[in-house]
Formats: sequence, structure tokens, C-alpha cells
Amino acid sequence: MPTQSDIIQAARFEYGIRPDEARFRGSLLDQLIGEDPLDALVPVESTQARLVELGKLRELRRAMGGDSDAFKKARQRLAVQGAKGAMHSLARMVQNPRGFRERLFAFWLDHFTVSPTRVHEDYMLGAYLEEAIRPHISGRFAELLKAAVSHPSMLYYLDQNASIGPNSVSGQRQERGLNENLAREVLELHTLGVGGPYTQEDVRQFAELLTGLGIGPEGMRFAPNRAEPGAEEILGERYGGARERIEYVYEFLEDLAMMPATARHLARKLVVHFIGPAERPELVAQMAAAYLAANGDLMAFYEVLVADPAAMAANFPKVRPPFEYVATVLRALNFDAETILNASAGDTRKLGQALTAMGQQPFRPDGPDGWPEAAESWITPPQLAARISWVGQTARSYAEDRDPRALMQAVLGDTAPDFLSFAVSGAETKWEGVALLLVSPSVMRR
Amino acid sequence: MALSRRKFLIQSTLLGCSAAASPLLTPITLAAAPGDNRLVVIILRGAMDGLGVVRPYGDAAYARYRPTLAADSEMQDLDGFFALNSALKDLMPLWRAKELSFVQAVSTPYRDKRSHFDGQDLLETGSNDASGAPKSGQSGWLNRALGLLPDARQETAFSVGTARMLLLGGPQPYSSWSPGADLSMSPQTEALLARIYAEDPLFSSSAEMAMELSAKADSMGGGRAGNAKTLAAFAAARLNEDTRIASFSIGGWDTHNGQKRNLARALKQLSEAILALKSGLGANWQRTTVMAVTEFGRTARENGSGGTDHGTGGAMVMAGGALNGGHVFGQWPGLGELDLYQNRDLEPTDDLRRYLGWALRDLFGMEASALGATVFPGLDMGDNVGIIA
Repeated sequence: MPTQSDIIQAARFEYGIRPDEARFRGSLLDQLIGEDPLDALVPVESTQARLVELGKLRELRRAMGGDSDAFKKARQRLAVQGAKGAMHSLARMVQNPRGFRERLFAFWLDHFTVSPTRVHEDYMLGAYLEEAIRPHISGRFAELLKAAVSHPSMLYYLDQNASIGPNSVSGQRQERGLNENLAREVLELHTLGVGGPYTQEDVRQFAELLTGLGIGPEGMRFAPNRAEPGAEEILGERYGGARERIEYVYEFLEDLAMMPATARHLARKLVVHFIGPAERPELVAQMAAAYLAANGDLMAFYEVLVADPAAMAANFPKVRPPFEYVATVLRALNFDAETILNASAGDTRKLGQALTAMGQQPFRPDGPDGWPEAAESWITPPQLAARISWVGQTARSYAEDRDPRALMQAVLGDTAPDFLSFAVSGAETKWEGVALLLVSPSVMRR
Repeated sequence: MALSRRKFLIQSTLLGCSAAASPLLTPITLAAAPGDNRLVVIILRGAMDGLGVVRPYGDAAYARYRPTLAADSEMQDLDGFFALNSALKDLMPLWRAKELSFVQAVSTPYRDKRSHFDGQDLLETGSNDASGAPKSGQSGWLNRALGLLPDARQETAFSVGTARMLLLGGPQPYSSWSPGADLSMSPQTEALLARIYAEDPLFSSSAEMAMELSAKADSMGGGRAGNAKTLAAFAAARLNEDTRIASFSIGGWDTHNGQKRNLARALKQLSEAILALKSGLGANWQRTTVMAVTEFGRTARENGSGGTDHGTGGAMVMAGGALNGGHVFGQWPGLGELDLYQNRDLEPTDDLRRYLGWALRDLFGMEASALGATVFPGLDMGDNVGIIA
């Protein structure tokens, strides 16, 4: 039976208890160190390989036309591959004993939200997850920032690929110009925060600095003939010079990563995500100071966060968002990665519909600010109805013979409130008892 | 009134919990609905380009600022100065019937950071804080307005769709449901569920409403959530019953890129929603006002990629039989470089909250002084804007 601290840790920092799993031996921080065996779960096609595939698709459209069967078939193949990304992530969440690692991955993916709407963006998403985000969640934030901001997925999503310096060679020839979308969101969402020390003029200047950054046939490509000539002054410093180079962009992102406003913004987001909405200025200040002293190493944030008494407090002000909740339920029912990866197209579609009804179409947040954090955002009456309905169907299909009392012991140990024991034991059938357990606040909250 | 089966189960203390402490026991009265007027508030998320919707083609600068976007051979002339984006041409019969109006060059007090998220929060909380800094626990202005309706009860206001609407959030009860949502279980499970949620108000209040509304779901019309037309048809069905205020969102307005196509797509959703409300409401359309508002407008000049970036002054779209239709309200500031806000955005010449406030006053008899004090604290209501017929 899990101990109380296992259960609190699994609730706040992981995806709940999986009864048939040997719990990870070591601290939360140990989960972040070294290789992750789950990385070998599925071979992931690289950004480069995917761009080559997309290039072939464009070639096919040129040769055969957009209405040809050959083109449609090829595009469909890429769309199917794109959809697999969500199930791959879910399989990792369910299977990984290093749950904190998966939770941090989800946190940083949300921080650097992309929300694909077209087939080519959708197809690229899996490479973004595995190359821009996952390798960087416990290193220097500057590396994560540079990787995310310069990845084709982000360049598509926030229109950077369409932004051209108005006085650049290309801008003059095509009469094209700036698009300030990426510049604004990097300052507002990814680094300084909306209350941070930047102005509209800084957004503009940064947008000029970013010109040239675009997508080539094999990856991010910096095209000097699209870059606005000359240096830009952002937040009081000058970047760039005579020859346009991507290094100037990286230099500014490095500086941004080390600004105190960025440190505070990131610390505050981590606290709100893992602990709760209450203002904790001291914890935020402590985390920010540790991060800056450690040259922007994300591990410094995590060390302070998990050592705070609030980290192991037995009150849970947050509610798991739907995708996270689904993973928690599937773990409680001992699902494994293989079952999820081999799910039929029909089951995959049904799960997507259920998640949408719960308010979270996976990997499709409404805007670049990602998913809401507030508990109230996830438990509106129709959303709660969708959670209860999905759990009912899942329990009926997969837990018809599970003893709900034993399951409650296995996932909640001694922490189950008396009224929950009463309700779970009082259900008319086993699967209804299991469903009641899994829709209880003890499982939904964290 | 007859007790519902579920309430009976709980009240019969089958579960042994204290009835007085149970948040599942909010009383529901059957008083008459507060008046016959109806208000629908649509939040257009992502910043609608007001200049691309209600086009100031009579201003010489317009075509100059928008070399590719200004051209629209099918745009519909409104008054010799403004023309309607052709993607809304299905609404022109409403314009001619004086059931469609616009407001140009308005905004909330939000300025300068041009963040969607703070801008939307401010639009929904009705706050007076130009910085838009979000404060936790803020209620929505429409929720506070419900507090001024003497006979308001849970069904009076309806949030339509799965997502939470901050606009309606707050202490006053309101309903929330989505087309396509469903919840069914055995009476025993229902009772046990109520017990599990009894000590967690967030869960118990939502579960109670889910059970209540799911039971009525058949009469509320089916269809899936997700497109604005379905949400509007659902809202209309509610408004034909006891609901008087309904709200939902339409997204897709953040047109940094390829605006021609993307704005047309979002406008189509809005147009279909308004027409679905009209057809669903039947005779009640004559007592209805629809107000579609957005967090801010977009840049006067098109950007380098056939789109527009975040701006300040924007437009409102209004429809309904109760409306003083056939007008483009608002004071036009002009598009000259010195007329623009920061030589970039349409200068807002009025606060859009005044339009919302006067609509509440004219439709529901709320006092202007109370509106300025509680619903939109700090707002000077000024003279009646005259949007209700």
C-alpha cells in the first residue's frame, strides 16, 4: 500500500498511483537526472525528416495537383502520423514511473504552446515535442527558449515564417513586411510576463530582430536577405550590426532568459501550476534568486519548489485538466503503453471526442497562453458531466471485475475520506464503485 | 412545486448528511421571469479587426493603409462612409429591417500591452483598470448585473458551451450547459455521487446543475458543441423558456496572417450565429438584443503578411428586434497619422462598457447610477447612447 507521502507526491507532481508499478526509487529531483528509458518507447521522426516529407508532399501537389488521389493519399498518411503524437504522449504519461518528468514536460510544452490547425503543423508537432521541449526541461532555460522559439512548429504557429524586414532585400522586392506576433508572445508569455518591463516599441524592435528567422527545407533557417538591416535597440540594449546573423537573436534570448522579471514570471507559473493559486511572494522570490544564481538552470527552480513545505501539504486546490486526468484514471486501472499505442483509430477518435467534451481537445489550446490553470475552468457542469460519462464507460469496459474497495486502497491508501469508502462500498455494481472512486475529488484534485 | 427525484433522495437523508450543510440544496423558486426582454452577449475571442468588418471606405487613408486588405468588391455599403465586410452580407436583410447596428471606435479601458488574455479578462470583468492586471476572484460584469435584477434566479442567465465564461462568473447563480452534453446514471449512483461531492462546493454545484440540466436535455435541442450556430440555436431555445440573458464565445479572430480568408471564416460563424438566434427565437426576436464584443481592435495598417497586429480601438456588432437598428454608432476619429492612437491603432473615442451599460438599463430597468457603481465600477455612464429602440 502506498504511504501518505507517496500519495501526496503522486497527486501533486505525478499522474497518480499505478497499482502494479514499482514506485521510482529516489527523490523527485532524481527522476529528472540521467536517461529516461521511455525515450526508447517509440522511434520519433526528426524535424528534418518531417520537413523533407512535407517537401515531397508539396512536390506532389505541384506535379499531380491538389485534387489528385496521390496527393490526398500522401497528405492523409501524414495526418494519421500527426494524430499518433497525442497517443504517444499519453502512453508515456501512463507508463512512466518518472511522472514528475512527464509533468514538467507538459508544463513547458504549455508554456511554449503551439496549437496546430493545419495538416503540416499537426505533422510537425511530434518533432517539436521531442526535439524542442523534452530534451531541455531540466537544463538551462535559455536552451529551452532558443529551441522552442526557433523550431518550425513555433515559426508556423506565431507567423514568424511570414515576417520579413520591410527594408530587407526580400521585403523591398516583395513589398512584404513585419508580423509582430512571435515577438510579442515571447516577451509577454515566454519570458518577462505581461507585467514585465517592456513597451510596444520593444515588441516592434524585437520583431525586426527576429526577421530572417524562418523555415528551410531541412529545419529552421536564417535568411539574411529577409532580415531587417541594422541593429535593433531592445530593452535598452543594442543587438545586431552590419551583417545579419542568427547569433544576434540567440544573444537577445540569452539575455532575456537571465532577466529578473523572467525569473519571477517562470517561478510564479511553476508555483501556480504545482502548488496553487494563492500568492506566495517569498517562495517565488526564493526560486527566482536560486535560478539566477545558478546561471539560469531550471533545476534550481525545482530544488526550491519541491523542498517547500507547501509541496507536501495534504490540501489540493488544483484540478487535473482533462488530458492529465485521463492519464491518471488509466494509470489507476493499470493500463500500459502498449495498449494505448495499439488503440484502434475508432478508440482514438472516441477518446479525442471525450476530451473535447471535457473542455480540452489535446494539443489544441485556444491561444498561445495555453490551458487555464484555475480549478473553476475545468469543472463547469457540462465538463464535469463529460468526465463522469467517460469514466463510467471506461470502468464498465475495463473494470467490471475490479473490487472498488481494493482499488481505493491501492490508489489512495489511508488518505481516502470516510464518505468515499462509504460510497464506493455502497455502489450497486463493482464498475459503478470503481467509477465513483475515479470521479471523486480525491482523484481529480491535485 | 414537485421535488425532483434527486432532491427527494437527498432530502430523505438516505445518505445521512446534514441537509442544511449541503450545497446541493440551493432553493429553486418558480417566480415569473424578470421581464420579457432578452440579451445575448457574444465574446469574440482573439481581437476582431473592426476596421476590416465595418470598413471606413470613405476615409481616404483606409485604402492606403491596407493595400491588399481594403479591396472587397462585394462589400455592402451601409451609409456612404462605412461598408460591411462581404462575409457578413447574409446579415444585410437585418440592416434593412433596422435589426442590425454597429459601434465603431470603441474599446475597454485596456491600453498599451495589447495582450489578448488581459484584454479578454478586462472585457469580461468590466474592470476600470487600464493595465488589465488580473486580480484573483474577480467576478464578471454580467454576473454583477444579475444582482441588480430583483427576480433573477438560476435559469435567468445561461452560459452556453463547455468552457467557463468569466463574464458570468461570480456569486449570483446562473446556468451552464452545452449542446451535446449528457449525464445519466442510476438513482443510487446519483445519490452516492452527491455524497462524494457534498464537501467540495466546486464539484457539488456543477454536479447538481449537470443532473438538473441533463434531465431536461431532450427539450433543449441536440447537436454537438463546437460551432457557433449550434450554440446560438441552443441559446435561443433557452431564451424562449425562462432564460433572459445568454452568453457564449466565438474564437478565430486573431488574424495576423492571411486575414482575408481567416476573417471571413470567423465572420461566417458570427453571421450564422446571429441568424440562428433570429430563427430560433421566432416572435421573441422582437424583444432581443445581441451584442458581440471583442477585447480590442487591430492595427490600422495591414502588416507585412496580409494580416493585422494587435491594436486598440475596435468595433461592436449588435442585432435584434429590440435594437435601434440601421446605425453605425460612435464618433469617428479619422485615420490620419495624428488621429491614430500612437500612430498605429484606431483611436477609441468611447468606452464600450457605456453601450453595454445603457443596454442593461434600457432592457432591464437597471439604474444608471447602480450600473456605474457595481456593474462597471468607475465608469461614467454619461448620456444614453440610444441603441435600444
